[in-house]
Amino acid sequence: MSSDNAYAVELKGVTFKRGTRTIFDKVDLAFPRGKVTGIMGPSGCGKTTLLRLIGAQLRPASGAVIVNGQNLPDLSRNELFDMRKQMGVLFQSGALFTDLDVFENVAFPLRVHTSLPEEMIRDIVLMKLQAVGLRGAIELMPDELSGGMKRRVALARAIALDPQILMYDEPFVGQDPIALGVLVRLIRLLNDALGLTSIVVSHDLAETASIADYLYVVGDTQVLGHGTPAELMESDNPRIRQFMQGIADGPVPFHFPAADYRRDLLGDA
Amino acid sequence: MRKTPLVERVRLLGRSGLDVLEALGRSTLFLLHVLVGRNGAGSFLPLLVKQLYAVGVLSLAIIIVSGIFIGMVLALQGYNILVDFASEEAVGQMVALTLLRELGPVVTALLFAGRAGSALTAEIGNMKSTEQLSSLEMIGVDPLKYIIAPRLWAGFISMPLLSAIFTVVGIWGGAMVAVDWLGVYEGSYWGNMQRSVEFQGDVLNGVIKSLVFAVVVTWIAVFQGYDCEPTSEGISRATTRTVVYASLAVLGLDFILTALMFGDF
Repeated sequence: MSSDNAYAVELKGVTFKRGTRTIFDKVDLAFPRGKVTGIMGPSGCGKTTLLRLIGAQLRPASGAVIVNGQNLPDLSRNELFDMRKQMGVLFQSGALFTDLDVFENVAFPLRVHTSLPEEMIRDIVLMKLQAVGLRGAIELMPDELSGGMKRRVALARAIALDPQILMYDEPFVGQDPIALGVLVRLIRLLNDALGLTSIVVSHDLAETASIADYLYVVGDTQVLGHGTPAELMESDNPRIRQFMQGIADGPVPFHFPAADYRRDLLGDA
Repeated sequence: MRKTPLVERVRLLGRSGLDVLEALGRSTLFLLHVLVGRNGAGSFLPLLVKQLYAVGVLSLAIIIVSGIFIGMVLALQGYNILVDFASEEAVGQMVALTLLRELGPVVTALLFAGRAGSALTAEIGNMKSTEQLSSLEMIGVDPLKYIIAPRLWAGFISMPLLSAIFTVVGIWGGAMVAVDWLGVYEGSYWGNMQRSVEFQGDVLNGVIKSLVFAVVVTWIAVFQGYDCEPTSEGISRATTRTVVYASLAVLGLDFILTALMFGDF
């Protein structure tokens, strides 16, 4: 039980395949409770898939995905929906319900999962929106919000039920510097203030390293390395070094595999 | 062009057969999940009412206008044929039976597939591509119960009603042409109709057909939306598939149902 308490989420020997392509091959990851853990890696390496495995939206081919001591692949469909009330996810697009205004979007989880009186729902929604700085936007519709504001509203919705685990899918993509700064600050602030376990999937190195207590670097179906941001910066592993220092060519080649360049241009002559 | 070896062609045929069976299995499980089990997201009625409006009420205009025109055309064509046999008084009976037994349920289902079915597929597909369905799942709400079930029930309920409205306005349209324009005696138009239309044989069978079409068309529409590839192209292909599959299924099932109901076995 002690390991359950130390780690909010654990993946043990998880293999996941899409058709015949292996995305993860027996990977082990553990996410310490109360910390911000970053999952980094090049685009298309399966980082979002990892989040969907933790959210049990995908089932691993083998291995265990343990959240708060429960192995998700063993749970029934109804048990999974109950379990997900302990988790919040900030999707890359925000995924706000387009037919509901900002207030109703944040109130949605409270309305479907609690029988709180309307005044209390209103107070909670206002508090959550105040936390992300958008209390003044309660009457706006999602299509009236900027990209950064959408993500902040989605964040308020994700914390509406006070989850224990909060997952962020590429929270920094496509944000202007101000929105970026706000999000970075919010993720850290919410984690510490609410005592959450945060999992941030991102390929934005500087931002993720600045808030994460611990980092995993994934790629090529494996966990390439893990440690604190400082430890990974000093890593001897050439693949990690290439990623952490943003070097264009290295173990991950700049060129997609192709025929000989000279022969492609000049033909066989 | 290189010729595909015979073995490869047989393999591809088998593959596509398996794909069809797999899709059928997936869609059946999907339907069971939607209809059976607990509804974990509060009250169902407001969601259903909203969808009844979107799926049923908003389809009224196309159903009423089409019904009137089809009834008018039926009366016109029927009159021109029957008048040669001096039987133009039977035009009311012909219009009513054609609409009740065939055109009411079938044309309503085809129009419903085009108007409401395609909209359902596109809406659900768009929710999938913008991660709204995933987001619901992660909030702990089953999208099959919250998004799909109300739409499915709305389709089941509204299509038979739309079909009834279509038939009624079609009969009125027929009366306008036959009685008011072509001069068929009003008493014959309505009287012949009343004498020849049977409740069980004609009205009830039409309602049964319409219920079957409602299930099939709405099922295809919501499944295509839920199962589509979450890209612009995927949504557009799913919407097309909804209209094509639903139309073919309606026409094919209509023949089978007609054979069972009116065939003299």
